[in-house]
Amino acid sequence: MTKKKNSLDTLYKAFIYVMLITLAVTIIVPVAWVFMASVKQNSEFYGNPWALPATLYWQNFVDAWNAASMGSYMLNSVIVTAISLGLLLVVALPAAYCLSRFRFRGGKFLNTCFMAGLFINVNYIVVPIFLMLRDWDSWLNYFFRQTFLLNNLFVLAVVYASTALPFTIYLLTGYFATLPHDFEEAAYIDGAGYGRTMIRIIFPMAQPSIITIILFNFLSFWNEYIISMTLMSSSTGLKTLPVGLLNLMQAQQSKAEFGIMYAGLVLVMLPTLILYICVQKKLTQGMTVGGLKG
Amino acid sequence: MRSSKSRSRFILLCVAPAVILFSLFMVMPTLNVFRMSLFERGAYSPTETFVGFSNFKTLFKDVKFITSMQNTVLLIVTVTIVTFFFAIVFAAILTREKIRGQNFFRIIFYIPNILSVVVIAGIFSAIYKPDTTGMLNNIFTLLSGHEVVVLWKSQPMVIVSIILAMIWQAIGYYMVMYMASMAAVPLDLYESASLDGAGRLSQFFEITLPLIWTNIRTTLTFFIISTINMAFLFVKSMVAPGMSDVALSFMYNQKDAGLYGYAMAAGVVIFLFSFTLSAVVNQATKRDVLQM
Repeated sequence: MTKKKNSLDTLYKAFIYVMLITLAVTIIVPVAWVFMASVKQNSEFYGNPWALPATLYWQNFVDAWNAASMGSYMLNSVIVTAISLGLLLVVALPAAYCLSRFRFRGGKFLNTCFMAGLFINVNYIVVPIFLMLRDWDSWLNYFFRQTFLLNNLFVLAVVYASTALPFTIYLLTGYFATLPHDFEEAAYIDGAGYGRTMIRIIFPMAQPSIITIILFNFLSFWNEYIISMTLMSSSTGLKTLPVGLLNLMQAQQSKAEFGIMYAGLVLVMLPTLILYICVQKKLTQGMTVGGLKG
Repeated sequence: MRSSKSRSRFILLCVAPAVILFSLFMVMPTLNVFRMSLFERGAYSPTETFVGFSNFKTLFKDVKFITSMQNTVLLIVTVTIVTFFFAIVFAAILTREKIRGQNFFRIIFYIPNILSVVVIAGIFSAIYKPDTTGMLNNIFTLLSGHEVVVLWKSQPMVIVSIILAMIWQAIGYYMVMYMASMAAVPLDLYESASLDGAGRLSQFFEITLPLIWTNIRTTLTFFIISTINMAFLFVKSMVAPGMSDVALSFMYNQKDAGLYGYAMAAGVVIFLFSFTLSAVVNQATKRDVLQM
């Protein structure tokens, strides 16, 4: 009896391992394949796809960086991500603090509005945002002979930060609400003002959730491409990395420069992978709250 | 005593920037989606003419729109069922059984979620390459012994290819999430159940599933909304233009054609569709909540 049960158990365990390893392989192999392909020469792409690269052909990266402008796209992406993260924190932190810890007229209404904002996905509103900016641009052109809003990295960053507000405020208010009020009262008795109390006492305590916010929003800003593609539509204009990669992938279909394309792919995913390896624990722990994202 | 004036000024200063940005770039565009769906707008000039519901009337007769909605429904149903089945089963296994390298699996399964959809499209372009140098075709050729060439990114396979890529992307994320909620189920429940002679399966159905049901329900509702969005991101980056469309890519194509009012009418329909669907799912999955 026990012997039969044991062998069944072993079979079950083996089945589990086979399933888990299969899934892991289907994830690791394609990603690793891209890394391998990024150092292959173009002629190698017409043979066996599983062959190892003959030599490490680093020229792909040089070409992707210079000729395919991935270097300048990378710079654009860094600028946009940095500005939007900074702006998001500066705007969302005080707002979330007030919304969760002060009772004031309209506070409840605002909370509901930001909650409702969680349901608005940018894919629906990207067209009106584009038209709004284009209309404003034509006014600017009329009065100042200058367009400013479209094809502007800073404006793109502002749009990113704005569309991330509901999720960020939702996370932060949830955290601020758990802190006891004693901290502020003690600070007020010591003579600290509202602003000082917020910046010196509360924000340092919110550090864990601030880090979670930075992580999630970094990933979404860095990887985003629909808004970027729509608002930075001029053919000569500034592009972010994913849009540049998309163009590279489309151009590659006629030019068949596979090596450069995979090098570009590696350039886009490497920063996120490195970040992930450094903070994977934090990310998978913080994700129970991230379940609402998407 | 602190003056209430300085208090209000502080609150105003803190809240105003967020409210301004939120209204400008989220509330106004959302209202505009609904307003503009009733107008026709010049492709290059901001002149608008009110056309009532005529955009919607044309939309419901547009074969392309109907096909794209059918594709969306197909994607929602298949991707949701497969993803949730595997995510829940794998999560249950990984939390209940002593698995060596549990952490390793968790780290690997989460990777697709941190990649840009454009990167995933690039990876899958190597998998789906339409000759024997493509990974999938090559594997099939090796296994079957003769040359197999499936045109993965053309009709009729293209929708299957999108489904596979979307499942690949989503499965790990939901698995890790359910692992977190299953880990919160108290162990003594399982111990007393196995003393009563309950096997693995009945433990899963009687304990694990009911206790994390609320979590499953919430994620299911959000998953449906997000599948509509993700399908758009995948189609836009992975599929050649015109090959196959989903709801939101249809909308975006109309925008590219300069038919802004028409695009927004499609947006309104998709918006309402996604909300109705998630409300229905939310109602249909209602169960009495068990307390831990």
